[in-house]
Amino acid sequence: MAFSTETIDPGAVTAIQDAALEAARRRGASDASVRVEEIRTQQVSLRDGDLESTVDDAQIGVGIRVVHEGSMGFAASVDLKLSGIPRLVDQAIDAAILTATARRRNFEQANEPSHGVIDWSSQYEIDPSVISLADKVAHLSHWSDRLLGAPGISHVSALVHSVTEVKYYADMAGTVATQRRVRIQPVVEAVSLDADGAFETMRTLAPPAGRGWEYVNGVGWDWEGELALMPERLIEKLRAPSVEPGRYDLVIDPTNLWLTIHESIGHATELDRAMGYEAAYAGTSFATFDQLGRLKYGSSVMNVTGDRTVEHGLATVAIDDEGVAAQSFDLIREGVLVGYQLDRSAAAIAGYERSNGCAFADSPLHVPIQRMANVSLQPAPGEGPTTADLIAGVEHGIFIEGDKSWSIDMQRYNFQFTGQRFYRIEGGRLAGQLRDVAYQATTTEFWGSMEAVGGRSTYLLNGAFNCGKAQPGQVASVSHGAPSALMRGVNVLNARAEGGR
Amino acid sequence: MAAHDGLAPAHDVIEAALKASRAMGCVVIVEETSDAEVRFANNTMTTNGQRRSRRVTVVSVRDVSGGVASGVASRDGAFDVVDLVREAEVSAGSSTPSSDAADLVGGPVASDFAEPAHETSLAIFDHIVHDLGGAFDRAEHAKSTLAGFVSHSLRTTYLGSSSGLRRRFVQPTGSFEMMSRAAGSASAWTGVGTPDFVGVSVGGFEEELSRRLAWAKRTIEVEAGRYDVVLPPTAVGDLMAFLYFYCGGQDAEDGKTVFSKAGGKTRVGEQLAALPFELRSDPREQGIECAPFLAISSSSPVASVFDNGIELGLTKWFDHGRLNALQYHRAGAARSRVDFAGPIDNLALELPGARGSASDLVATTERGLLLTCLWYTRVVDPATLLLTGLTRDGVYVIEDGKIVGATNNFRFNQSPVDLLANAAEAGMTVRTLSREFGDEFNRMAMPPLRVHDFNMSTVSPAN
Repeated sequence: MAFSTETIDPGAVTAIQDAALEAARRRGASDASVRVEEIRTQQVSLRDGDLESTVDDAQIGVGIRVVHEGSMGFAASVDLKLSGIPRLVDQAIDAAILTATARRRNFEQANEPSHGVIDWSSQYEIDPSVISLADKVAHLSHWSDRLLGAPGISHVSALVHSVTEVKYYADMAGTVATQRRVRIQPVVEAVSLDADGAFETMRTLAPPAGRGWEYVNGVGWDWEGELALMPERLIEKLRAPSVEPGRYDLVIDPTNLWLTIHESIGHATELDRAMGYEAAYAGTSFATFDQLGRLKYGSSVMNVTGDRTVEHGLATVAIDDEGVAAQSFDLIREGVLVGYQLDRSAAAIAGYERSNGCAFADSPLHVPIQRMANVSLQPAPGEGPTTADLIAGVEHGIFIEGDKSWSIDMQRYNFQFTGQRFYRIEGGRLAGQLRDVAYQATTTEFWGSMEAVGGRSTYLLNGAFNCGKAQPGQVASVSHGAPSALMRGVNVLNARAEGGR
Repeated sequence: MAAHDGLAPAHDVIEAALKASRAMGCVVIVEETSDAEVRFANNTMTTNGQRRSRRVTVVSVRDVSGGVASGVASRDGAFDVVDLVREAEVSAGSSTPSSDAADLVGGPVASDFAEPAHETSLAIFDHIVHDLGGAFDRAEHAKSTLAGFVSHSLRTTYLGSSSGLRRRFVQPTGSFEMMSRAAGSASAWTGVGTPDFVGVSVGGFEEELSRRLAWAKRTIEVEAGRYDVVLPPTAVGDLMAFLYFYCGGQDAEDGKTVFSKAGGKTRVGEQLAALPFELRSDPREQGIECAPFLAISSSSPVASVFDNGIELGLTKWFDHGRLNALQYHRAGAARSRVDFAGPIDNLALELPGARGSASDLVATTERGLLLTCLWYTRVVDPATLLLTGLTRDGVYVIEDGKIVGATNNFRFNQSPVDLLANAAEAGMTVRTLSREFGDEFNRMAMPPLRVHDFNMSTVSPAN
């Protein structure tokens, strides 16, 4: 598929990379890497069928990271003028020298061999940036109108957000990579008001995906099917009884569980956090490095992997932003913590021989830091149970679909999540919707209560475009695969009662 | 101006774009940003960076069947600005009529319009980086660890319109944050927002953090429940930020927010706070000055690209404890027969006449908790603006007006609207930095508050 947005001439990129690495060598840098990137971001939003806003943005820039006498320095600019590159290298070296006055330990990195020349693209059919604004508006209008035409629907918002990026990487080891990635997130949300002014909302459960415009056309998700059911589901939710707080058995759909995985496992198994390198901002982790191989994270049916290789994954690449080849690795095996997500710096500090490739910078103007791989809970081996099988094993509980509100503490212990839809389970069957459900737990207690995971048929790759970390803030996209899961005896709150109503 | 020819002066880019425009209206915004930052953790320097960026936005306005439409295109970097104008024109031409359409804003030509953009560098906080080295050594000696962030940015915004308007504004933004964790487990954080780092010192931060860590030498377990709490200005800022993020007038009329009233109405005019609080945004507010005109690159429910360049002035969101205004762009304001109220990049809460600091509020509290930092705050229920979040880096127990020790962290479930309703006492408004939102929303002035019935939903084992 042709890539519509490349305005940077690859020959010019090679000249910039050569100039940067040469200048870094001349200034005595022991290591250097240079990224030239072009990122095209588009968003179209409709409110009640009318076009509300559009974003059509492209960013081009160059970022250079050097290691100089044991210090790291980074400088970046949107100005790609070749004659300005040595000055940018000077700025990176100056940053390394300035911070060396207060540095108390050397910046070190785990080794990574050269991977030579790489040319890689994510899996997609249609680059969303080639679709005209009129076509995008028409598609969202169609979705909006079919909901607005349904009885009981008061308001509808619809948007599609897409990113098309090309990243050129080169480092002193000799790795030279061109990577093209496409991702898309369509979202439709409906609002229903009752006569007293009470309201409920419902959002599509479709995950953001490492796919192109074909996703909107139905490749990978049944949009028509989901939108057809939304009005009646929303009306039922608006009329549903408010949940009685207490302990419940929960069957959690992957459309909800992915976010709990993200927050309570994904971030907690980032080694930079576990070692205190995010202490002042994103936080640390209860899963400290001294507990590796020993910490009982959850029940024996819990197996979690990190990977940057899965097809359509939002964190999937060929190499990371430190030149480390994409890998797949275990984080939790049979409920025990067995691994962490690493960048080269954290790997070196902890004594690993090699990074597992989790460095990422969200823009050419930001320094690469450790970011999340696609962290996924594995389904049961073989056929495994269906979601209906899991529900059948619950006498009195709640089935939860879709993510909504989320919050977790800075050591990733105590969390509270809500959702899009909650169904009462009575005698192994669904018995109508509930509202105002929030579940609150401590990470190890929650995963320890996981009695069963669903089989491959329940497995879905979900994810987010908006994972934040670090200062200055960086935003990353990441996918999380999950099966349905059965948890016993989880604390459920009533969100209205919490608000004193 | 091809992709690799460097960056032409911003005002030249704007004139070239306006000259190239074939549409009935055109607005061009150039934002030149220069950033420098360093980070530290585990008593050593970690990452750093110096950056220069430029973002050019072209808004094109065209007649389309049934009305007027806007088209917007933005580019970060060096691009052909004429191509960008054409792209915005195509986008406008293929759009449906904009519901936020309004006449472009006219006005004067700023005398400094052709002045160059300002640049910063790591040198502006050289003294802080230098002093951090000594602080790391002292921390190492005391078996504690320091972590934090220092950043400075200068953004020069240029705005030109086919209506003749030419405006320019330089926005300095800086912050210094530091956290200390004692050998045992107690931690404390402090931070400041500053345009220029004048009067900001590592030593001052070390003293404040030592004072709080000393409070934590005694620990007292406290169960979940509703408590009288004293919130320092930074934590008040964390919660008030949500009032500001959710004060859209159209969303309220659509029945979707805490400010909605049945029948498509809003709660403007209702007395929501017992005390006569004023919650305001004002580009000229001393110490947190910000851009006095609108410059945005996409429309939203509260702001329109058609309004670019419009003067922004003092807006009281709450006045004498009453909800006084919600955000509307001009078209929305006209439809709803209210005044235009655009987004302004600062926020101040004040109880007129209030004096004293958080320490003074502690002194008048018989029994309660002193919170310091709030974290990971998210909306649970938009109908009440119920928020959930956690305390971090220091919760202290107050008995008979004195701090008697530190306690565990909590998850809270609390609405900032209820917070204002339940506020019993406020101190003097001072410039503060929100712990969670300070990176994005730097300019806040808040008072400390004493609040009844703050809902601590569960104890968090995090410390």
